Amino acid sequence: MKVGIVRFPGSNCDADVYRAVTEGLGESATYLWHKSTDLEGVDVVVLPGGFSYGDYLRAGAIARFSPIMGEVIDFARGGGLTLGICNGFQVLCEAHLLPGALVRNRNLRFRCHDVGLRVENAGTPFTSAYAEGDLLHIPIAHGEGQFVAEASTLDEVEAEERVVFRYVDRRGQATDAANPNGSARNIAGIVNAEGNILGLMPHPERHSLSVLGNTDGLGVFRSLLAAVADGRGRRSDPAPPAAAEFAAGAVAGVSS
Amino acid sequence: MTRASLERVEARPGDPVMSAALVAEHGLSPEEWEQILGFMGREPTFTELGVFSAMWSEHCGYKNSRPLLRTLPTEGPAVVQGPGENAGVIDVGGGWGVAFKIESHNHPSAVEPYQGAATGSGGILRDVFTMGARPIAILDSLHFGSLDSPQSRYLFDGVVRGVGDYGNCVGVPTVGGEAIFDPAYERNPLINVMCIGVLPLERLIRGEAEGVGNPVMAVGARTGRDGIHGATFASEELDEEAVDSRPQVQVGDPFTEKLLLEASLELIERDLLVGIQDMGAAGLTSSGTEMAARSGSGIDIDVAYLPVREKGMTPYEMLLSESQERMLLVAKPEHEEAVREVLERWDLQAATIGQVTDDGMFRVREDGVVRVEIPVKPLVDDCPTYVREGVMSLAVAEARSADLGAYASFESDGEVDAALRTLLDAPSIASRRWIYEQYDTTVQTNTLEGPGSDAAVLRLPAEGRALAASTDGNGRHTWLDPRTGGRAAVAEAARNVACSGARPLAVTNCLNFGSPERPEVYFQLAGAVEGMGEACRALRTPVTGGNVSLYNETGGQPVYPTPVIGMLGVIEDLERRVPSAFQREGDEIWVAGVTRDEIGGSEYLAACHGLVAGLPPALELREAASLVDFLVEGAADGAFASAHDCSDGGLAVALAECAVGAVDGPLGCTVDLDAAPAGANVSAAGRWFGESHSRIVLTCRPGEGERIAAHGRRHGVPVARVGVVNGPDSPCRLTGAGHAIAPPAAELARIYEEAIPRRMSEEAGITS
Repeated sequence: MKVGIVRFPGSNCDADVYRAVTEGLGESATYLWHKSTDLEGVDVVVLPGGFSYGDYLRAGAIARFSPIMGEVIDFARGGGLTLGICNGFQVLCEAHLLPGALVRNRNLRFRCHDVGLRVENAGTPFTSAYAEGDLLHIPIAHGEGQFVAEASTLDEVEAEERVVFRYVDRRGQATDAANPNGSARNIAGIVNAEGNILGLMPHPERHSLSVLGNTDGLGVFRSLLAAVADGRGRRSDPAPPAAAEFAAGAVAGVSS
Repeated sequence: MTRASLERVEARPGDPVMSAALVAEHGLSPEEWEQILGFMGREPTFTELGVFSAMWSEHCGYKNSRPLLRTLPTEGPAVVQGPGENAGVIDVGGGWGVAFKIESHNHPSAVEPYQGAATGSGGILRDVFTMGARPIAILDSLHFGSLDSPQSRYLFDGVVRGVGDYGNCVGVPTVGGEAIFDPAYERNPLINVMCIGVLPLERLIRGEAEGVGNPVMAVGARTGRDGIHGATFASEELDEEAVDSRPQVQVGDPFTEKLLLEASLELIERDLLVGIQDMGAAGLTSSGTEMAARSGSGIDIDVAYLPVREKGMTPYEMLLSESQERMLLVAKPEHEEAVREVLERWDLQAATIGQVTDDGMFRVREDGVVRVEIPVKPLVDDCPTYVREGVMSLAVAEARSADLGAYASFESDGEVDAALRTLLDAPSIASRRWIYEQYDTTVQTNTLEGPGSDAAVLRLPAEGRALAASTDGNGRHTWLDPRTGGRAAVAEAARNVACSGARPLAVTNCLNFGSPERPEVYFQLAGAVEGMGEACRALRTPVTGGNVSLYNETGGQPVYPTPVIGMLGVIEDLERRVPSAFQREGDEIWVAGVTRDEIGGSEYLAACHGLVAGLPPALELREAASLVDFLVEGAADGAFASAHDCSDGGLAVALAECAVGAVDGPLGCTVDLDAAPAGANVSAAGRWFGESHSRIVLTCRPGEGERIAAHGRRHGVPVARVGVVNGPDSPCRLTGAGHAIAPPAAELARIYEEAIPRRMSEEAGITS
């Protein structure tokens, strides 16, 4: 599996996803520069966390207009496996690939801590490594993570079992106290109707390395690996040679 | 190129006329002015006066602190880069280095807490990545007035948001620090931010300007009129209204910072640069002159090429602007284009504004006309320094000699119980969760132990190794006894780092004091630095750099003298790191180190009796060093299940912290305080809440205590088994000095957790 990680200028969880895929899973990953229009034949596209363009306007509002996003939107609409984490989730909503929007946290403060997550749907390409009802502990780190949508949209998303993760307490209950940001119906992550696009606020990549003592998040990447092996999703078009060269130059020197 | 020394330096039309008053307004004394006239051989231009004013300020020139700082040890086997650079660098093994430094942003934060704190974070991040290091962590040491004051709540809230938003956006986790609340900091909070970065040692780069003809480039944000150095007056060209509307504090842009960070690291990794430096305090002036001074070269720039934010800026303003997110770099000539390409790709401004020369001059032109021509060496290195007479103030002398006998014992068990609860509710001791949950603590996936632990622990790129970091200082102790306070800041930071299992290696320091021109403040400064030096030598932790912030006063009242130490240490095997809190029911509880009858300067006296008095606990250097060895070797041997430093609030509070901090919820314990190693005639208050140094609460698996005892014998550290960890839903049964209490662990946890949120709740109100 080859995972493409989009690098907006203000992405800051790109290297963490890279480590989760390469160190945590032993698969290959590459960075996709925001000014490029080439997805380099990757099997999965990840929009990582961060502050894509500073997000002074609205999280993700400008990122959706970047050159790479045109390709990402085509890839995702064509059935390509696309994962948006935190800021990436915000970008997916701004690009209308997922319904709803993410607004400032209920308490109007940035929040970073582990949350309890219940796997609501283990039938997606992102969650097959889990069982329905599994309880995960995964960090959140966001100021604008309150998921909101029209009641009718929420009903539709619920009815179609598109809520993938929900914020829950230690006993697995979706209580108000367990909701870190005021998200509607404790929703932490949803998929599109076709099931190939997942957006979630928590950071599975931060709990994907055994050295850090918790690998609850690795299942998301393991599921993607299985989905790609099963031929779900689709591979992005390979790059024309000239474009590939440009993209390679664009990420030269990137290190962590 | 024309020998510029033949060119005439021309004053600018409209410049204010030089006068004694103008010189004084620039903070230069008549003697300093004479010295300037002496080596210039002529009267400086107005623009040159501005340059001198900035470079010979305390902030850049360390006028009052330099003679004291010279006494600190700066060398050691791990030190790769000592003081004098953008940041210090130590060798952490495996070819990797760690760059780190702490810096204050006290005055700006007192005026505008959010931007003051944010720009403070920005500055220290730049100091680290200009060494070629990728920032991996931030720690913040914060001091505010009492949270009972709306003003302090406003400052506290703004500062926490400012530190958080900046680091969160750049993607550097804030993993530790401290927060102290005391009326002494009421209108003059202390905001010290430490940044840590990692780099392959072969990629280390310095702030140097070498190679005649090499291009000097200004990079990043445009230069504006913000933060122009103490520009307390308006030159004739400055419009009065513009001055009034100009923000006093610079505004931070973390997004631009992130671009600068990535671009700088890419430039350094591709070896395109000769040198690079942040345009921080005194902006272009300090970066330009300091880079030239380090290389013994000169620098010739033309401000006409400097990208500016507004029209009509004078050279004076451009040289002294402190606009944020700007860097000065010297490129390798053959790579000037490549440098430009990299910066363009990151959408950053880059302008070649001049070149390196060999004539030792800092020369600044305006459209070719020379406005400034000052010899670099005397400007940077010959800043006059002052050694003053210090004297202990009467107030301190009185406080030290106070009779504490009335507070040494308790009337009842109930009083002990109430005191413990009061201390856990004291914001200086209580849980910092309210703060650190607003910080991204886990981005970059290196955080092994985050906030709430004695030291932050981060994994290093070198296989299997981890870095431990802590910031510590105690203003109250330092006020009562500067030398002891200076020693204690170093020793406490070393203990915290060693508790995690790390060998302390080096420190960065931030000296927050009042006006050194007051004899009682100079006394504090000199004593604290002496004590710091003693402890750094005893613990073999040299100083690699830092920051001095003087004149921290409001209404003529100086803050407590507050030296803050940022300590780094390395754990050879990260699997052997030691957590702070109790781990499991049934574990044995031990105490290492001697409890003496020392309640002077304690949080107990302050929180329970509103008293700051007595002599602070003594800091025996040999004891402190042995304890560190004991902790490091014990941890490497796997002898400890947990280790927690005993500091504010004493042994009873340390035990309670271990109990409430347990990962899966509070654990109870049964402890006999009288069993802990103790000196002669320790009072009841001393036993429960005294803050004797060099004491640690340890635990181990049942039956494994002999290993702790063996390590204690080996290092001459007295140790004793004092009790056992109990299960959840059980009390903390503490007995000692004829008293016994048993508050439920869960109740203590509630008090500890709610102390700060309760005070910061909406009902409490935040006003400016």
